[in-house]
Amino acid sequence: MLIAATIAILVVMIMAVTRAIMGPTLYDRVLAVNMFGTKTVLLISLLGFVMGRPEFLDIAIVYALINFISVIGVLRYSDNFMLKRDGQNKN
Amino acid sequence: MGVAFAIVLMKDLLAVIMLLGIYGLLSASFFVAMDAVDVAFTEASVGAGIATLLMLVAISITGRSENPVRHKPFLALAVVIITGGLLIYGTLDMPYFGSAAAPIHQHVAPRYINDSMQEIGVPNIVTSVLASYRAFDTFGEVVVIFTAGIGVLALLLVVRRPKDIEKIDSLNESMHEEHLILRIVTKMLIPFIMLFAFYVQFHGDFGPGGGFQAGVIFAAAIFLYAMLFGLSTARRVINQSLIQILAATGVLLYGSVGVVSLLNGKEFLDYSALSSDPVAGQHLGILLIELGVGVTVASVMAIIFFSFAGRSEKKLLQDNKDSQ
Amino acid sequence: MDTLVQISSGFFLLVGSFLCISGGVGILRFPDFYTRMHAVGVTETLATAMILIGLILHNPEFLVDIKLMLILLMTLFISPSASHALANAAMRNEMLQANENKPDSESEQVKPSNP
Repeated sequence: MLIAATIAILVVMIMAVTRAIMGPTLYDRVLAVNMFGTKTVLLISLLGFVMGRPEFLDIAIVYALINFISVIGVLRYSDNFMLKRDGQNKN
Repeated sequence: MGVAFAIVLMKDLLAVIMLLGIYGLLSASFFVAMDAVDVAFTEASVGAGIATLLMLVAISITGRSENPVRHKPFLALAVVIITGGLLIYGTLDMPYFGSAAAPIHQHVAPRYINDSMQEIGVPNIVTSVLASYRAFDTFGEVVVIFTAGIGVLALLLVVRRPKDIEKIDSLNESMHEEHLILRIVTKMLIPFIMLFAFYVQFHGDFGPGGGFQAGVIFAAAIFLYAMLFGLSTARRVINQSLIQILAATGVLLYGSVGVVSLLNGKEFLDYSALSSDPVAGQHLGILLIELGVGVTVASVMAIIFFSFAGRSEKKLLQDNKDSQ
Repeated sequence: MDTLVQISSGFFLLVGSFLCISGGVGILRFPDFYTRMHAVGVTETLATAMILIGLILHNPEFLVDIKLMLILLMTLFISPSASHALANAAMRNEMLQANENKPDSESEQVKPSNP
């Protein structure tokens, strides 16, 4: 059962990468990367159990936090970019 | 490998950064699959986290798309293909992955694996190798990180005049009312992230972790605060001179442990000189140098971030001033 | 008792993987950014919760359970806020309202339902 869940998550990760490469707008790609990150957290937890080494859960915690921080980073960057572009468009 | 090709061929730098994030994660997953926990930890925190954030700040200064290539790089392609081919030819001679007869498993590694528990008494062999058997190399790594921080400071230090500070404050305030939900959630998360950084730092003896990863996680908490609450607020909390002093203190702590060992009659960085019982001396030594490493890494990351973001703010301000 | 715990753990894992895959199919096949956001944002959190509960039931050790519950709690906080931030930023910055993208023929199809 654990192995079936691992394979399912791997399939979903490939789907997310496809959307990240394909996605027409920036926000599609950010969404895909966010989803990829959450699935990686699950993948690492499941792999830890499959291989019998639960120390991997520390990596899963770190990765959940890093995923959040990266998404917010990209959004703040695009805020600044939009602000600069709006500033130029207004004047 | 598809991700690597996409990274090289795409011209939009923001999409490249996203794909680099995915690439770092895939590497971390490979390391997990190969049962290398500490390396996966470091790759996940540094490669997929901090590198993405720092590159984002960098492209906010430089702009979003690559400059078009002006000449066809055929000669470079030929050189790379030849070198790559030679390297692959060289690896054909190497023993199979994980075979017991490989040279790296013969000389030094069995001694580490067999004797680490009695000599040092720390369950995590990676930490004992990194912090005690090879402590001098780790000292070199910490000094390199510190030098990178000094280099960034020397190149990118921005002196802020008081009237610029007011304008930057108003610019930041106008953008931040929309982020109310994020601010509240972040206020709850940041103490937890810092606590987790301390846990990783001190638990490095028993599980994956250690100074480098803990410093990076601590710096990530500072980045989060600075991104959501404005750079000037973050600078008031953690001001520039404090992080510079902290960066130097980390390296100094590491060096001092070595010098104390020297003064007690043994070699540089031989921890058994630190207390009467050699194993307890090893524990104390490892604790102190990991602390030094963590402090230096966190402060240097903060220095780099504040320098980049300060430049980007100055550019934003100048763009607004130019277009008015 | 033990087999009941194992069966319920397997059940949670199965439901979690199914939700995960449906979220993945959604992100590939939906036509617009906001619809994709809806697919991912809803299924992602619930699938994570189900799989983590399945793992907690699978494993009797105490420290590992605490860490798994910690990941679960953090995901319950983080994932919806990230979805909110993303949708908010998309709407504010670049993308117009979703309705503006629809071609005219689709809005005409609504009319025949009125008597």
